[in-house]
Amino acid sequence: MTMFFWALQLIFVPLVSPFFIGVVRKIKAKLQNRQGASIFQVYRDLWKMMRKDEVISSDASWVFRQAPFIIFAVTIISGLSIPIFASFLVNSLTGDLLMVVYTLALGTFFLALAGMDTGSAFGGFGSSREMTISALAEGGFILSFFVVALIAGTTNLFTIVETNIFLTAKFFLPITLAFIGFFIVLLAETGRFPFDNPATHLELTMVHEAMILEYSGKRLALIEWAAANKFFIFLILGANIFFPVGIAQTADFKAIFIGIVVLFFKAFILCAIIGLIESVMAKFRFFRLPDLLITSFILSAIAISLI
Amino acid sequence: MTIEINFFILIALYVCGAVGALLFRKNDQIANWWSGIMAIIGSLWGIVFAINSFLHYSKNIFTYDYSVFPLLNLSFHIDQLSAFFIFIISLIALFCSIYGIDYAKHFYKKYDLGVLGFFYHLFIAGMLLVVSATNGLLFLIAWEIMAVASYFLVVYDRENKNNIDAGFLYLIMTHVGTAFIVLAFLIMYVFAGSFDFTAIKAGLVLMPDFFKNTIFVLALIGFGTKAGIIPVHIWLPSAHPAAPSHISALMSGVMIKTGIYMMIRIFFDMFSSIPLWWGIVVLIVGATSALLGVLYALTEHDLKRLLAYHSIENIGIILLGLGSSLIFYSLGNLTLAIFSLAAALFHILNHAVFKALLFLSAGSVISQTHTRNIEKYGGLIKYMPLTAFFFLIGSVAISGLPPFNGFFSEWMTFQSLLQGIASTDIFIKLIFVLAAGSLALTGGLALVCFVKVFGATFLARPRSEIVKQAKESSILFSLSMGALATICLIFGIASGYFGILLTKISASLNIFQNATLFFNESINGSLITPNGSATVSAPLWFIVFALILILVIFWVKFLINKNQIIKIGATWDCGINLNERMEITATGFSRSIVTIFSHILRPSIQHEVEYNDSEMRFLHKSKIVRLEIHDVYQTYFYQPIHKLISILSSKAKSIQSGNINIYILYILITLIFILFLL
Amino acid sequence: MLKLLLKILKTPKQVIPETTFSVKTEEVVVLGEKIKDKVKKLFNGSLAIRQVDAGSDNACEQELVALSNAFYDIERFGIHFVASPKHADMLMVTGPVTRNMAEALRRAYDATPDPKIIIAVGDDAINGGIFKGSYATLDGIDSVIPVHYGIPGNPPSPKTILAHLLNILEKIEQNKIIKR
Repeated sequence: MTMFFWALQLIFVPLVSPFFIGVVRKIKAKLQNRQGASIFQVYRDLWKMMRKDEVISSDASWVFRQAPFIIFAVTIISGLSIPIFASFLVNSLTGDLLMVVYTLALGTFFLALAGMDTGSAFGGFGSSREMTISALAEGGFILSFFVVALIAGTTNLFTIVETNIFLTAKFFLPITLAFIGFFIVLLAETGRFPFDNPATHLELTMVHEAMILEYSGKRLALIEWAAANKFFIFLILGANIFFPVGIAQTADFKAIFIGIVVLFFKAFILCAIIGLIESVMAKFRFFRLPDLLITSFILSAIAISLI
Repeated sequence: MTIEINFFILIALYVCGAVGALLFRKNDQIANWWSGIMAIIGSLWGIVFAINSFLHYSKNIFTYDYSVFPLLNLSFHIDQLSAFFIFIISLIALFCSIYGIDYAKHFYKKYDLGVLGFFYHLFIAGMLLVVSATNGLLFLIAWEIMAVASYFLVVYDRENKNNIDAGFLYLIMTHVGTAFIVLAFLIMYVFAGSFDFTAIKAGLVLMPDFFKNTIFVLALIGFGTKAGIIPVHIWLPSAHPAAPSHISALMSGVMIKTGIYMMIRIFFDMFSSIPLWWGIVVLIVGATSALLGVLYALTEHDLKRLLAYHSIENIGIILLGLGSSLIFYSLGNLTLAIFSLAAALFHILNHAVFKALLFLSAGSVISQTHTRNIEKYGGLIKYMPLTAFFFLIGSVAISGLPPFNGFFSEWMTFQSLLQGIASTDIFIKLIFVLAAGSLALTGGLALVCFVKVFGATFLARPRSEIVKQAKESSILFSLSMGALATICLIFGIASGYFGILLTKISASLNIFQNATLFFNESINGSLITPNGSATVSAPLWFIVFALILILVIFWVKFLINKNQIIKIGATWDCGINLNERMEITATGFSRSIVTIFSHILRPSIQHEVEYNDSEMRFLHKSKIVRLEIHDVYQTYFYQPIHKLISILSSKAKSIQSGNINIYILYILITLIFILFLL
Repeated sequence: MLKLLLKILKTPKQVIPETTFSVKTEEVVVLGEKIKDKVKKLFNGSLAIRQVDAGSDNACEQELVALSNAFYDIERFGIHFVASPKHADMLMVTGPVTRNMAEALRRAYDATPDPKIIIAVGDDAINGGIFKGSYATLDGIDSVIPVHYGIPGNPPSPKTILAHLLNILEKIEQNKIIKR
């Protein structure tokens, strides 16, 4: 029984993640008064890319070739280490919040290296920008998690969610502040407005896209998929760690079903907010981004001192 | 009795190696091999000695006392902490010696290999004595042996004038530090009446607070100079690059840790009460050193200088652990204090391993390309695949990414900081929040820095001709680097075991003798915080990750679209021929970070434009852009001190008239003064 | 901002009155649905297009950009433009290929992973168009890379492009152009 739930958790993130990318795109399209692509479009894109041939640069080394597999595996193991629909599946071995943060950083590390590997001018500055943003986001990321970790008295994500004591009036303000801090980090780490434009074709505004310009075929599919996974992981973290409502506490199918439905609902709300932000906001100038990230850090620090 | 003899055999091996190297100096080859093999035997002996001490002795391993002169006792005392440091020194020395045999071949017919061997052995022996001496004077002698021997190693490549300057700076700074240390020991002597550590320990109990605080400040500055805390770090980035690479690895991996060793020895073993502000000061010093160290590393494009700045960063991280341990101790939470100290010790061990690995790989790159400028590298992964692989492992480890060892010590440090944040005092809480924030930022920036180094050095296309002549390094190079890389992984996976071992070592210190220890038994080899609030299992993470990786590769490569054709083509370049000048450079990569932190780093840009036509200033003939980082410490810290000393000495000069009668008068006045005093 | 959002929600789908515009929404939708079917069949519902400018006068680009706007909205048919030829299934080349762009075009072609479809958009791209015979151009892209299909027009309107796209996809289905 537990094995079944773990298996479900293992495949859940990669299976569902493209859906939410589609959802955000759909919301954006609707706000542009377009019909937009189907919400399942990302699945189709991925499957098509998987079946295409590849062109690999002659300058590329094994780092470029193996990086997609590492990046993808990183998102899978991070998906295993976070509470998705059930908090009773206590993963005390890899489910530590710092472990998740640094495991995701491992993916960023290899993505940035892969971007530099082909020697293209785009890849290099893409890596530089991505690393700059993710380095500055680190502080807010960890501190916003520390807020909930302090309240729950543990850094294990499953136990934090299980504690489920956040909706008391005492913790309302710190949790809200920490969530805003986390949300800024979410936008930064997953390459969303105002940090990055996921739909850009313009070198001047590219961050994530610039690093993967050289990929094609299967490897491109893996990287895009990993990016979708990462986005979904951040959605789950935002939805479950800060608002652990409805998550399954007992091991029966009904609770898990409710858990999944509630998760979809919460993730949908987050997607709507992200879509709204992307529609009403322009991308920031690159050197204004640190201000935003430092805001995230300060919000979390205030939240900690309020506890 | 045997264990003592074993220890003296260890020292004797190095002395023997030193003397032998001098005797064989006529023949480069024999001298080199002699010193290499003796050092390997010595370090193997040291490792066995240390492991044996851990296995068979609980707290104090042995004490040896032999009085030579009234104040100078040849007294050695090996406890768990000393054994731990002997282990680190021997471990790093082992691989540096293996590496050094090949590396020293550069110097054949150029310099005296016997001298290199002599000082190399003396250097290691000095470090071993530093961590085992328990007499103030003996300690200072060992400290000086270590400092002077390493000075001669720094200036060994003496044809380069920069190296002589770097060595001189190092010599000055290390003696300024020693001056503070001597002062600290003299104060202790006044109260204890002896230089013996045991007597000092007893004497310190009765010491007034003022002197205790003075000793703390003196020790922090004195040993901090050796450890390289900011702002007394300036010798480090210039001395490390000057030395041969295996020496830099030893200096950066081990020697600077002796400063930390003595801080632990004095704060935790000699004192029995610690005021709160000590810990806060150490924590703040650690946080600033970590953050500034990594920021300066980002601005560097000299490979070894960059690694030297990372040493400063990591010393900062170690001090974060040490500082939180001091704070927890003064708050009375002994269990957490032990845990934080274990975090610091673990980071000492880990930093020694991966920094040695990085310096050795950097050395093998430099020995092939003969330049330390990262901008001149590029694409080395195709010419030196093994070195590149080992450097990558070192980079991942130092950036604190799982499953390598760096992550787990940073995890422990983070956990102890989090426990500090949980404290009720709002002031302490904020200090810890800032420390945790700076540690998080440091981790992120270190990641940027190592993407930059690895990318600019090994990836993309060669940026100069010298790279194309590079060949894979020799077997001894690869062997020592490979072994260190494996150790990085093993120490990471065995982190649960090390957590317990290091907790035991920290608990064996004098200050914790009243602590009731409780260990969380490690399940699945996981690291556990003392109150069990967090666990992380390295072996399981590694197994799951490896399984997923294999599955993904298998699935994607062999199950989907098996007939896929991979075409090797050019990098897509939008139709413009890509050349090496279009790749991102190390300077360009970190430029955005430098701009963001421009208030701290104070970058300056100078344009020098030459025009085709002086009347029409439109067409540039050539343009030179100079990017510089303003040396804040030079202008605001060292130059004022220098000025002050110059003024004082010119004042003092006026009493020196050169007239012998006046001097006799001075002697007379002094005599009368002394007679009055007596 | 709220006002703006409300306005977006209230605005009917058809912003531009049809009477002043020659293209009917229904026509686009009918064409599009057919294209969607073909794309689903041939490309698993996802067709990535990279537009390559080989010395064009920007007229064709304007029309191609128009494909993504709210009126034509080809994204709903599973077609999208990408940022790199390495991501593309289909290259849409515009312009008569100036001498300076010939090499760039060849490289973009090489960088596109197989299977790939090359389409010349506009008369310029097919045979040089009004620039035909100029010393600065190579008169059409087929002198540089193999072309599978041309979309005539100077420039072709978005609707023409869509109609031809359908045609191309039908031909692909009949294995006339390229094997998938």
